[in-house]
Amino acid sequence: MNDSTHWLLGRLDASALPFWDALQHPTTKSVVNAVIASGAASLVIIGALVVVFGLTWLRRWGWLWREWLTSPDHKKIGIMFIALALVMLARAVIEAVFMRLQQALGLDGGFLTADHFGQLFTTHGTIMVFFMAMPFLTGIINYVMPLQIGTRDLSFPVMNQISLGLTAAGAALVMISLVLAPFSTGGWTGYPSFTERAANPGAGVDYWIWAVTLSTLSSTLSGINFAVTIYKRRAPGMRWMRLPLFTWTALCTAILMVFAMPPLTVATALLALDRYLDFHLFTADLGGNMMNYINLFWAFGHPEVYILILPAFGIFSEVFSTFAGKTLYGYTALVIATLAIAVLSFTVWLHHFFTMGQSAHINAIFGIATMLIGIPTGVKIYDWMLTLFRGRIRLSVPMIYASGFIMLFVLGGLTGIVLAVPSVDYQVHNTLFLVAHFHNMLIPGLLFGMLAGTNFWFPKAFGFRLEERWGRRAAYAWIVGFMLAFFPLYALGVLGMPRRTVAFFTPAYLPWTLTAMVGAVIILLAMTCLLVQLWVSVRDRHLNAVPIGDPWDGRSLEWAVSSPPPEYNFPVIPEIHGRDAFMLEKERGKAYQVPDEYPDIVLPANSAMGVIVAVTGTAIAFGLTWYQWWLVLLAAGITLAAVITRGFCRDTTRTLPGEEVRRTHLNWLAQVRATVPIDRSQEQSCANRGLPLPPVEGAIQ
Amino acid sequence: MSALTARQTAATDAPARHPGINLGHAHREGEESREEMVFGFWVFMMSDMILFGLLFATYVTMLGGTAGGPGPKELFDMRGAFFETMLLLVSSFTFGMASLALKYRDDRRALVGWLLITLLLGLGFVAHELYDFHKMFEAGGVPSRSGFLSAFFSLVPLHGLHVSVACVWLIALLGQLAVHGLDAQTKNGLIRLAILWHFLDIVWIGIFSLVYLGGLA
Repeated sequence: MNDSTHWLLGRLDASALPFWDALQHPTTKSVVNAVIASGAASLVIIGALVVVFGLTWLRRWGWLWREWLTSPDHKKIGIMFIALALVMLARAVIEAVFMRLQQALGLDGGFLTADHFGQLFTTHGTIMVFFMAMPFLTGIINYVMPLQIGTRDLSFPVMNQISLGLTAAGAALVMISLVLAPFSTGGWTGYPSFTERAANPGAGVDYWIWAVTLSTLSSTLSGINFAVTIYKRRAPGMRWMRLPLFTWTALCTAILMVFAMPPLTVATALLALDRYLDFHLFTADLGGNMMNYINLFWAFGHPEVYILILPAFGIFSEVFSTFAGKTLYGYTALVIATLAIAVLSFTVWLHHFFTMGQSAHINAIFGIATMLIGIPTGVKIYDWMLTLFRGRIRLSVPMIYASGFIMLFVLGGLTGIVLAVPSVDYQVHNTLFLVAHFHNMLIPGLLFGMLAGTNFWFPKAFGFRLEERWGRRAAYAWIVGFMLAFFPLYALGVLGMPRRTVAFFTPAYLPWTLTAMVGAVIILLAMTCLLVQLWVSVRDRHLNAVPIGDPWDGRSLEWAVSSPPPEYNFPVIPEIHGRDAFMLEKERGKAYQVPDEYPDIVLPANSAMGVIVAVTGTAIAFGLTWYQWWLVLLAAGITLAAVITRGFCRDTTRTLPGEEVRRTHLNWLAQVRATVPIDRSQEQSCANRGLPLPPVEGAIQ
Repeated sequence: MSALTARQTAATDAPARHPGINLGHAHREGEESREEMVFGFWVFMMSDMILFGLLFATYVTMLGGTAGGPGPKELFDMRGAFFETMLLLVSSFTFGMASLALKYRDDRRALVGWLLITLLLGLGFVAHELYDFHKMFEAGGVPSRSGFLSAFFSLVPLHGLHVSVACVWLIALLGQLAVHGLDAQTKNGLIRLAILWHFLDIVWIGIFSLVYLGGLA
């Protein structure tokens, strides 16, 4: 490259194109890899073009800008978070299928190069944790929590936009890395000294650093926002021990985000200092200490596991009690268990590196601390089972996920106890046994939770139920596919197959890797079923409409409003008299009442801050990755100017006249009176318009 | 029902009482949002404290990693560090005076005066710190020399960066004062900046005792 373009493009040149290497050194393997990589890159480009042309064709840019991108409404931001998570989920699942295919054919070689395989497992892990799981749970908390505690929005709506913008920027960076390759090959944990400049001078690790850093900043801000909202914005009478359990788990997750995200920000920032400014924090020479990185990373990484799992626990709690038609068994015990898990999560990080040189005493202490977490988790499992006990259970789609979860999660927990014994860990450390274990926790735990939550709250958000038949197919395919894909990995781990291996030379592994491949195909099928379910549901939305808003005979406040809810959520902020607030109203015959008056409602005004941060965040991170310093300075300057200008803004709210609220509410109430209520046997039929028969003392529907 | 709408959130059930100076009865307007914002800012401070805490821990573990390069005894200038400490402590006092002026004084002159003195002290701190770093660089104390110096230069300049950002924020708030006067939002900004300013003072005391004194011990 000559000097005239160097200032503009930095170190970006033609070799970043995914097919460049194959053009220079065409061998069968490099051509196959180039075709796969270029295919993925063109999918990104085609996808982006389709979106741009589609929006232009349908003249929807203004609508997108006003109704979505600049909206401070927590419900819309939540939906955008979830949409982002689903797109990233699709990519990361496809990557997983390629990895399973490689290992199924991997005896003596396979078809992927080691470098390509390294990028696949790194992006798969990075995406699944930071750009699938985190936005998914952040989106669901965003949508549901304010409705459950009876408020109109989060405490800081514009900061909420910025959170979304930062995550979107990180996700965009990971997507761009498909087109202008490569991404890191250092795994989602990015351990130095492999990720130091001496071993890895290319742009890959830098992509990883900035994508993850953006995500951690986003989650820190989200955590602050959620925690403050739950502390300060509960409706009158919503005391702590009346909070729905999902809100409790949201609070604990938020607190964990506030305290556990900074360690990762520190770890990636220090690694960036090593790489960009020649610091020696984690290098192998000049007094650097890579164990500091590993401690910092897992001081984030272990609480992160509970950030991921607690909201799912909350969702399952809501699902079990709603579809068993019973109040949650052992509410107090569940709250205490949630808090205990949140506290204990900070005391076990060292079990991620039992084999890295500390004394046996320290390992023993952390092993015991790890096993302690089994106690509150066990309490939860028993509480859920006792919630189901003698309930009138409807095996709806969320319940299928929940049943799969409760059995598979216990199994995964038991293998966790096995791994918590340091002496056993020495044997299976860094093998596929570990990979099987954490997928066993995160797929039935987190992912099933999120999918159950989506099926559960979708009718609330969009006003129509998701189609049941394809939902069941997806759920069963997920359960079966998961078992086939990951149970063999336990066996492979015990047989000694290391994780992250591109090829192997032991024929005994083959039957297991082939079985796992079949599982991966079934998971792909499950993804297809999810897509078909969405398609069919949108097509039949008028048949499945639930405008009254309570399709499952729900218990908490979010079911008390129309589906979809008005942007202000509640025409009048409700007063809470007990746990299961909405069920209490229904039992006392006080649901759907006309309030005495409709005061004006003050709402946050639209703001472009989220979009600005998304764009400048992407630009800063991209510029840093490719050494395009002008871009970094320009984008950073714009961000600073935007933040300062925002401080000068005074028209940050708008007022909705009470008269308009009254009209909307009375219209909806008229619709409620005109709707025929249904009992639970008709829940899955077209008769379900979202109005359940009122519960009668002792009566069984 | 009207009693119900009057108190829309649980926050307003109890009188607003966040930690730190509360503006009280004379500043009713914007009190609800102030309580929420200041509480949120305290939570952010806790998060930021983790950031510094981890860098302190990293520094302590890296104290021995000088790799034959210059260590604390060769590089640290206690007079400079002490002077910076004084600048920052006095600036915290003057910001305290500004907060009192905000709460009790009707005219803006005292407030703006104290804020300007605080800003000068803050800028003086940053300038002197840069001069200190410059001297360290001249003595061969560059971050690329050793793990110890890397740890020093990832912790202490981060504090300096925080002070610089706080100065920018202070300038922006003075601008808001000029444009919008002393309205509820400017007051909210000043209260939050005060928390940040005192927080940075506390972090500096940690740096002075742990990094400088601890490094020399």
